[in-house]
Amino acid sequence: MKHIGGDRLTGGEMIHSETLPGSRPRLLRVGRRGLIAGAAGLLAAPSFAGGAFAQATPAPAAPAPAGGQATAEITVDRARTAPIPIAIPDLVAAGGDAAQLGRDIAGVITNNLARCGLFRPIDPAAFIKSGSAGDVPNFADWKVIGAQALVTGKVDSLGGDKVRVEFRLWDVLPQAQIQGTAYTTTLSNWRRIAHIISDVIYERLLGEKGYFDTRIVYIAGSGPRDRRVKRLAIMDQDGERNQFLTDGRFLALSPRYHPTRDQIAFMSYLDNKPRVYLFDLGTGRQSILGNFQGITLSPRFAPDGNSVIMSETNGPGADIWTVGLHGGRARKLTDTGGAIDVSPCYSPDGTQVVFNSDRGGDQQLYVMGADGSNVRRISFGKARYATPVWSPRGDLIAYTRFGGSTFQIGVMRPDGSGERVLSESYYVEGPTFAPNGRVIMFWRETAARDSRGNGFSSRLVSIDITGFNERVVTTPTDASDPAWSPLQS
Amino acid sequence: MNTKILGAFAAVALLAACSSPETAAPTPAAPVTAGPTPGSQEDLVANVGDRVFFDFDKSALKSDGQATLDRQAAWLAKWSQNRVQVAGNCDERGTEEYNIALGMRRATAAANYLMAKGVAKARIETISYGKDRPVALGSNEQAWAQNRNAITSVK
Repeated sequence: MKHIGGDRLTGGEMIHSETLPGSRPRLLRVGRRGLIAGAAGLLAAPSFAGGAFAQATPAPAAPAPAGGQATAEITVDRARTAPIPIAIPDLVAAGGDAAQLGRDIAGVITNNLARCGLFRPIDPAAFIKSGSAGDVPNFADWKVIGAQALVTGKVDSLGGDKVRVEFRLWDVLPQAQIQGTAYTTTLSNWRRIAHIISDVIYERLLGEKGYFDTRIVYIAGSGPRDRRVKRLAIMDQDGERNQFLTDGRFLALSPRYHPTRDQIAFMSYLDNKPRVYLFDLGTGRQSILGNFQGITLSPRFAPDGNSVIMSETNGPGADIWTVGLHGGRARKLTDTGGAIDVSPCYSPDGTQVVFNSDRGGDQQLYVMGADGSNVRRISFGKARYATPVWSPRGDLIAYTRFGGSTFQIGVMRPDGSGERVLSESYYVEGPTFAPNGRVIMFWRETAARDSRGNGFSSRLVSIDITGFNERVVTTPTDASDPAWSPLQS
Repeated sequence: MNTKILGAFAAVALLAACSSPETAAPTPAAPVTAGPTPGSQEDLVANVGDRVFFDFDKSALKSDGQATLDRQAAWLAKWSQNRVQVAGNCDERGTEEYNIALGMRRATAAANYLMAKGVAKARIETISYGKDRPVALGSNEQAWAQNRNAITSVK
C-alpha cells in the first residue's frame, strides 16, 4: 500500500493505492511532499508510449492477452490534431451508493480528458453492452466503436465511508492492459481518486505527467466595480469544490500557491494596509510577510518554497525583494529609484528571475540572476508587456501584452525569441501554467456597455500552450487572478 | 476629528429641516448654514476639489491639477488639524500589479506637491487602489480619464 497524499482541506484522509493482482509492483518516484507517490502497476508494456515516455522502465508483460506489442505511437503533438478515442464506461458496482459513485468517477474522468483536448471520449450511447467475463473486457465490442483506449473499473463499499476503487487502462487493438491500480480511501475523496486516475491515463497514454489532481487559487469578484468585493477562493482545476477563503471585508489580489505546502501568498488590503500575506489553508489564518514601509505586492514563491519574491513601492517606483519564510533579513534585488519593478517570477531551477519594469520608458520584460545581477531586457515588440510567468518546464515565459486596442496572452522563449500570441481580446491578463507546462489559465474581462458598468464580466479561461482548445472555466462568481497549484499527489 | 463629527451633526440637522412636513421655513434660531461644514470632507469636495487627473500611464501633474492642489494646500493650512489620505487610482487598461505601483506613483506625485506647498509630511498618508476603485464604471475614454486620478480625503 502506498500513501498518495493527505488532503488537509477535506479532513486529512489519506488515499492508499495498490497494484492489482498479476502486475509487478514498481515504485515510480518519491512525491514532492516526501511521501511515496503513486504505485503504478504494469500488466503489459506501455503501448501508446510517445517519445517522452521512453525514460520510464517498461515492465515485462505478465498476462498480456495478445502480445502487448505497441501498435500506436501517440505523442502529445499527434493527439492535438487527432485526439485519442477513449471509452470510459461507468465503473461497475454491486449497486446503491457505489453504483452512483461509479457513474460519478467515470463522469469526472471523461470531463477531464475531454477538456484537455487530447482525448476524444466516446459517447456512452455507442457502447455495446454485451458484457464481459471477469476483469478482461470483450475487446471486439470496443474496437468496433473506434475506441483505441478503454478504461474499466469497479467500486466496492468497504463499510462505513471507506471505498475501494479499482481501475484498469486497456490498449484495445493489441488487447493489452496498460495499467491496473486500486485505491482505498474515504468517500469524500472520490473526486481526487477520479483526478488521480485521469492523471495516470494521461501519463500512460501521452508520455508526460498530467495536471488533473490540482487546484486553482483565484480571486472571486462580486458587486459593482466601484465597491467591488474581491475574495480569495480555491477550487479544483475543473471548477468543482469551490471554497471562498476570505469574507470580502478587504480586497484580496494576486494569490500564488506554495510549491510544496498548503499555503497561499497573496496581497491583502486588511486594515487598509495593502501588504503581502501568507494564508494557511489548514488553519485559515493569514499573517503578514515581512516588515515594509511601502505597499508590498506581486508575491511569488521561490521554487524551493523557502522564500517569497515580491515588490515594495518606494513612492514613485517599486523595487524587488526576497523575504525568507523562516526568518532572516529581507533582501533587495533591484534598486532603480523611480522605476516600477513588479511581478517577479523565478525560473524553475531558481537561478533566474523574470520581471516587469518600466525602467526603459514603458512596461517591458527583463530577466536577471536570482541575486539581482546581469539584468537584460527580453521583450522588444511594439507593445507593453507584463505579468511574466516562467513555465515549470523552463522552456517558455508566458505574459500579458497590450498594444493598440487589445490585450493578448502570449509566450516567448526565455531569451525573448519565438514570441507567439495565444489569445487576444478586449482584456486578458495574468497567465499561470499547469504544473506540466502544457496548459495556461488566465482571465478575460469584457467591456462595460454603459456608464453603470453593465456588460462587464471577468472569467477564467484555459488554453493549450499551442493556442488551441481555449475554454472558459466555470466559477460561481466573476473570477480573476488564477494561480495553478502543483500536483497534489 | 472634531470637524468631522460636527459635519455629521450638521448634515443630520439639514435633513431634519428639509423633512419638516408642515412648512419649508427654517427655524430662525437654529445655527444651520447652507452648504457643507467648513473644514469637512464635504467642504473639500465642494469648495476646494478633492481630485486631480492624469494622462494614460502618466503621473505628471497637469496645470489644472496643480491649481487644485494649490487650493488643497491652502485649505490644509487653514484647517491645520486635518490629516488626509491621498489615494492613487488607474483606469482598467493596464495590468493589476503594475497599476498598484502606478497608482502609488500618482498618489506620491500629488502628496509631494502638497508637501512642497507646506503641508507637513506627517499629515499625509498615501495609498494606491490600482484599478480596483474606479469612479466611473464605463469602458470608454471618458470613464478612463475620470479613473486616472489621485483623490484626497480627510482622515
